Amino acid sequence: MSRPELIAPPEIYYGDTEAKKYTNNTRIQQIQAEMTYRALELLNLPPDEPAFLLDIGCGSGLSGEILDEEGYLWAGVDIAPSMLEVALEREVEGDLFLHDIGQGFGFRPGSFDGAISISVLQWLLNAETSHPTSSPPHRLNRFFTTLHAALRNPARAVLQFYPTSDDQVQLITQIAQRAGFGGGVVVDYPNSKKARKVFLVLYVGDGGAAQVPRGLENEEPNEAEGRVKFEKRREREKRREKSGKTKVRDRDWILKKKDLYRRRGKEDVPHDSKYTGRKRKAVF
Amino acid sequence: MVRLITHNLLACHAKGCTTNNFPLQIKDAQLALREAEFNPDFLRGFIPRIEWAALVSAARQLGDESLPNEVPEMIDDDFLRGLHHVLLEIHIDEGAMVCPNCGHVYPISSGIPNMLLAEHEIG
Ligand SMILES: C[S@@+](CC[C@H](N)C(=O)[O-])C[C@H]1O[C@@H](n2cnc3c(N)ncnc32)[C@H](O)[C@@H]1O
Ligand SMILES: [Zn+2]
Repeated sequence: MSRPELIAPPEIYYGDTEAKKYTNNTRIQQIQAEMTYRALELLNLPPDEPAFLLDIGCGSGLSGEILDEEGYLWAGVDIAPSMLEVALEREVEGDLFLHDIGQGFGFRPGSFDGAISISVLQWLLNAETSHPTSSPPHRLNRFFTTLHAALRNPARAVLQFYPTSDDQVQLITQIAQRAGFGGGVVVDYPNSKKARKVFLVLYVGDGGAAQVPRGLENEEPNEAEGRVKFEKRREREKRREKSGKTKVRDRDWILKKKDLYRRRGKEDVPHDSKYTGRKRKAVF
Repeated sequence: MVRLITHNLLACHAKGCTTNNFPLQIKDAQLALREAEFNPDFLRGFIPRIEWAALVSAARQLGDESLPNEVPEMIDDDFLRGLHHVLLEIHIDEGAMVCPNCGHVYPISSGIPNMLLAEHEIG
């Protein structure tokens, strides 16, 4: 199958139909969730300091829902109106912007504690018009320069993407470095055709640590490891509950919120049921 | 959904627009109030990042006069609750943000600001 970014521009490719299909596909949900958790791990934020994050190419909010659950506040940008509309329907908490990241950001210096981007950067590698501002290097340069400025010092940005060649990885890394970023590429499961994942881990300042983390080495993300990660998350949540800073929404909170939406005349607020506010299953 | 927390971080990014491009003026705003979880730790950490005068004037443009002109020296729970409301519970559903310098209009529809620039405005 041909890559989506070669078929049509993103705002066309992710039209109403595809945006829904993409978001409702359980396989996609699972993969994007796994990569989001991994990106958060690589962000290496100081524990127990609530952070304000940027989700670059946030789409329909698959990552955003995880950011909400994990207690982060965030803003998301995406170029596809249909994806953003699905994000609105799913009632993510973050502020959403219709934005072409290749045009650069207008956020003030030091706005964000970190940034993530899941499966987006490959879209910046194709030129759509012959105008000089649409060449991939120009757009990548605008993107990285303004992203660097928008992050605090120290901070990290973790961007998972699907390169087609090592040249692309090199081009992207070079432009990021010229924009002032340190860091580099982390490849998880490098020997697995299916599970291999490329993360660009970028630092402003020292990014909070000196060394680029290592990629995961196993052939595949296996069951046991999934459990280990989940174990860690559960521990974190337990700690949070203990410290009285629980960010896990309880049923009362959700009911209150739904009631609020109904009173505002919002349609399509899901009915309350025994599932409302249930504990979510592990994603692994 | 755009709230004052991100409005306070946002400057105009049109080509050559580098001075007097913040804060964007809010026009014809239709608001929605939505309860959000109160997180005092987050707010305390976020205060140094706020351009206070811009936040106060944006809140007033939206009809909320509750914020003091200066960040108080003693940050107590009352102040944090008021700040929480202004930053995180007032949503601008419709309207526009206008650059005070170049006049670029960023329309807001269904709570989502359109930040796209025309080709000649791209830096
Ligand atoms: C594969 S989807 C990933 C969405 C989301 N990050 C996730 O993990 O579900 C790629 C997204 O990148 C967005 N995108 C592509 N090019 C973009 C650009 N130039 N600016 C902003 N978003 C862009 C698309 O609209 C789409 O929502
Ligand atoms: Zn301007």
